Amino acid sequence: MASLPPTAHVNGLPQALPDDPRRTLLDWLRHDLGLTGTKKGCDHGQCGACTVLVDGRRINSCLSLAALHDGDHIETIEGIGQPEALAPLQRAFVTHDGFQCGYCTPGQICSATALMAELKAGWPSAVSADVAARPNPTREELRERMSGNLCRCGAYSNIIAALEEVIANETTETGAPA
Amino acid sequence: MHLPLSEMYNEPDDRNVLDRMRQGVIGQPLDRPEGALKVSGQATYAAEWRIDGCVEGVLVLAEIAQGQVTAIDRDAALARDGVLAVIADPAMTRRSAQGMAAKAPQQDAAKVEYFGQPVALVVARTFEQARDAAVALRVDYADAAEPVPFDPHAPDVKVEAPSSSKPVEGGDLDQAMRDAAFSVDVEYDTPGHASAAMEPHATIAQWQGDSLILHGSYQMLAYNVKEIADCLGISPDKVRIIAPYVGGGFGSKLGITHEAVAAALAARELGRPVRVVMSRQQVFQTVMRRSETRQRVRLAADAGGRLIGLGHEALVSNLPGEKFAEPVTQATEFLYGGENRLLKVEVARISRLTAGSVRAPGEAVGMQVLEAAMDELAEKIGIDPIELRKRNLPATVPVQGTPYSSRMLTQALEQGAQAFGWSARQDRPCQTRDGDWWVGMGVASAARVNMMVPAQARVTLRADGSALVETDQTDIGTGSYAILGQIAGEMLGLPMARVDVKLGDSALPPGAGSGGSFGAISTGSAVLYACEEIRKRLAKILGCAAEELVLKDGTASHGDAAPRPLRDVLGGEDLTTTGKIKPGKTAKAFSQASYGAFFAEVGVHAFTGEVRVRRMTGVFGFGRVLNAKTARSQCLGGMVWGIGSALTEELAFDTRDGHLVNHDLAEYHVPVHADVPAIEVILLEERDAAASPLQAKGVGELGICGAAGAIANAVYNACGVRVRSFPLTLDKIVPSLPDPFAQTL
Repeated sequence: MASLPPTAHVNGLPQALPDDPRRTLLDWLRHDLGLTGTKKGCDHGQCGACTVLVDGRRINSCLSLAALHDGDHIETIEGIGQPEALAPLQRAFVTHDGFQCGYCTPGQICSATALMAELKAGWPSAVSADVAARPNPTREELRERMSGNLCRCGAYSNIIAALEEVIANETTETGAPA
Repeated sequence: MHLPLSEMYNEPDDRNVLDRMRQGVIGQPLDRPEGALKVSGQATYAAEWRIDGCVEGVLVLAEIAQGQVTAIDRDAALARDGVLAVIADPAMTRRSAQGMAAKAPQQDAAKVEYFGQPVALVVARTFEQARDAAVALRVDYADAAEPVPFDPHAPDVKVEAPSSSKPVEGGDLDQAMRDAAFSVDVEYDTPGHASAAMEPHATIAQWQGDSLILHGSYQMLAYNVKEIADCLGISPDKVRIIAPYVGGGFGSKLGITHEAVAAALAARELGRPVRVVMSRQQVFQTVMRRSETRQRVRLAADAGGRLIGLGHEALVSNLPGEKFAEPVTQATEFLYGGENRLLKVEVARISRLTAGSVRAPGEAVGMQVLEAAMDELAEKIGIDPIELRKRNLPATVPVQGTPYSSRMLTQALEQGAQAFGWSARQDRPCQTRDGDWWVGMGVASAARVNMMVPAQARVTLRADGSALVETDQTDIGTGSYAILGQIAGEMLGLPMARVDVKLGDSALPPGAGSGGSFGAISTGSAVLYACEEIRKRLAKILGCAAEELVLKDGTASHGDAAPRPLRDVLGGEDLTTTGKIKPGKTAKAFSQASYGAFFAEVGVHAFTGEVRVRRMTGVFGFGRVLNAKTARSQCLGGMVWGIGSALTEELAFDTRDGHLVNHDLAEYHVPVHADVPAIEVILLEERDAAASPLQAKGVGELGICGAAGAIANAVYNACGVRVRSFPLTLDKIVPSLPDPFAQTL
C-alpha cells in the first residue's frame, strides 16, 4: 500500500505538510497556507503570538516543526471565527477593547479558547489552592493561565474582562460552572 | 471669531465646534472599526502581504562592537541551496533614523559602531535557506583603532552637551539648598528600555520600474518616505509606503531602520520582491533603545513646604554624533515651582545601538525619578505627598513666565485620592501587613508635554451621503481609525456605519504620523478643518450660514426647514476637500501639557523582597476625550509600562564587549498578565483650546509618565526601603528589609 503524503487538517481542511523539515508549524501556516492570522512575535516561544490549537490543546506554533503534525487537527484564529461571524470571545475582545495594535490578539484568543476548555476539564494551575479541586475562574487564575501571551500595548485588564464575560455567559447558558 | 481653516494654529479656538454638533458620537466609547479584522486575524501587517515571486532576506549582524568589515565570504554563501544574493552595499544603514528625521540615518554598514549592527543581508528562495546561510556567513573584521567606551560611566568617556536641548538656569540653586528648611539631594539610576512592539520590524520591497513600493511597519510615513528615498538616492516621489496596520511602535518605528533599506537594495539587485523580517533578537540589538539615565535631583523647600529651588541633572548616552539625547527634564521645566533652578542633560558618547524615542521620551524616566524624589521631600517635611504637590504648582512656568493653557493636576490628585482610598494610607512605612506581605501606597503626578505637528487629511462627503476620511496617518494601536471617523461623523452628522477611514498609505495626504502623542490632535484637527469646509459648502447649497446648519443622521436642516437627506442635498456630487494644520503661535504662547495622577498599592514580600502591584488608579486630564474607550486603553497601557519600568524592565549590556545580554522577550521582562492587577482609569472632562481646535491634548504617552514613581513610593511606604535604582528588583530590596517576623514596626 502506497503511503499517504504527510497531511494535517487545518481548520477542517486537509493540507499537505511541507517538504523542508526545517519549516516550523508557524511558518507553514503563515507562508504556505496564507493563514497569517497566526503571528510571529519572537519565534522562540517567549511571547505567545503564534498560539494555535493542535487537537484542542494550545501550543506555540513557532516551537513545533510542521513535519511533526501528520494527522493532527489544527485550529487557527481563522477557524475560530471570521469578521462576519465572530466567536463570542472575539466579540468580547472588541467590546472590551482587549487589544490595541492587534498583533498579539489572535494568540490571546486562541490561548483563551483553550483556557476555557482546560478549566472545564478541571486542570489546575500554579495558583490553584487545591490542585484536586475544580478550578474557579477567578481573575488570579485567568491571569496566571494567560501569562504566556504577552501584550506590549498593555491591554491585559481588558482581555481579562472579555474572558470573564464569556465565561460568565457560558455558565449562565449551561447552568454549570465553567 | 473667525478662523482660517488651514495652516498655522495661532489663536486658541474656543468656539468648541464639536460641542455644538448634534450627532453625539464624539467622545463616545465606541468599538474600534477595525476590531473585527484584528480579532479574526484578517488585518494585514507588513510581512503578511501576498506578493508573487517574493523571496526572503535575513540580516547578518556584526559580532564585534567597533571596527571595519574587511571581507565577506560571498562565494560560500552563494554555493548554498537556494541562496540568491549576499547584499553588503554602502547604502545599507548602520543606525536607525530618529523620529521626524526625514533624511537618511548614518549609512555604510561596513563600519561597525556597536555590537549587533547589521553588516549584510542574505537573500534566498525560502526563509529557512536565508536564515541558515546568514548564520553561516563568514565576515572578517579589523578592530577599531580608537574605540569608544561601552560604559557611560567609564572614566575615559566623552561627555557632551546635547545640541537638542539647552540647560534651564535660574537664580542660585546652591544658595537655595543652603537656605532650605528641608531639602533632598539624591541620585537615581534608570536602565535602558526597549520598545519591544509585538510585531517585529518587517518590510516587503518591490520595484516597478524606478518606483519603489514598501509594505512596512512604520509610524510616520511621510517622513519615512523621505528617509528611504535619501538612503537610496532617489526622489521621494518614487517611494510609496503602505502600512494600514502596525503591530505596535512605541517609538521604535518612528524612523526607518535597517530592514527597509536592505530589502529595497536587494529587490533592486535581484529584480524581484524581497521580504526582510527582523528576528526578535535583531530588533533588540539594532533598532533603538531608550538611554539609561543617571539623575541627580535637588529639591529645596522652605518651612512651609514650598519649593525655593529645584535641580534636575541627567547623564544619558548615545552613539558619537547622534543628536538625540533623552530629554529627561522636559516636564520638570513646567511641573513644579522653585525659581532657583538648574535643569540639564548631558550625553555620554558610547558604543551601544542608537538611543532614541521609546514611549514618552524624557518624561517616562524623568518623571518617575522626580516623583520619587518628591516623595522623599514630603517625608522629610512630614506632610502628605499630595499636599506637597498641590502646594508647589506655579502660576506661570518658572524662569520663562509662560502661562499654562490648562492644568488638571490638582483635580486629578484629589479625585484620585478619593477613588483610590488614599485616606487609608499610613504615614509611616511598615504599618500594614497582609500575611507575608508588607503593604503600602504611593502617589505620583503625571505630566507629558503636548505637541502639534503639521498634518493634512482629505475628507469626501460622497454623493450617497457617506463620508471617507483619507490620510497617511497610521494606527499603531492608538485608535486613529476610531477617533478620526468619530470627528468626521460628529461634524458631518453621520452615524459611524456611514464613515469610512482609510489610513496608512503614503499616497494619501500626509497626516502627523504616530509619535509624541500628537497623532490624534494634529491629524484630527486636519479632519475637523476639512469637515468645516464641507459644512460651508453644504450651507451654501442650502442657502444658510454654516453656523445655522444642522447635520444629523445623514440629514441636513437649518432654521425651521425640514431635514433633507444629504443624498438629495448633494445632487449626485461628491464634496471633497483637504484640511491642513500646522503649529503656530499657541505652541509658544502657552505651556501645554497633559496631566494626571497615579496611585499604586503594592505588596512587598517580607522575606524575599518580591514586589507585586496589587491595584492602581490613574486619573488623567488631556482635554477633550475623543473616544473614551480607546483613550482609556491608552492610559491603561501606559500604566502597564509603568509597572514594567518600576519592577522588571532593564536592558543589560556587557561592558566588556558591548553586547546586549538580554536581547529577547525571555530575558527582557515586559509585564505579563500575572503582573497586572485591576487598574482603574478615570478621565477628567476638560477643554484646552490652546492645544488644538479639537480642544484635545495628547494621551498616548501620559499613562507612563510618573507611574513607576508611584510604585516606587508605594514600595517605600510598604517596607521602608528606598531604592534609587530602577527597576526595583528583589536583590535591591532584600538586603534592607526589616525583620520579617515583626508584624509592624
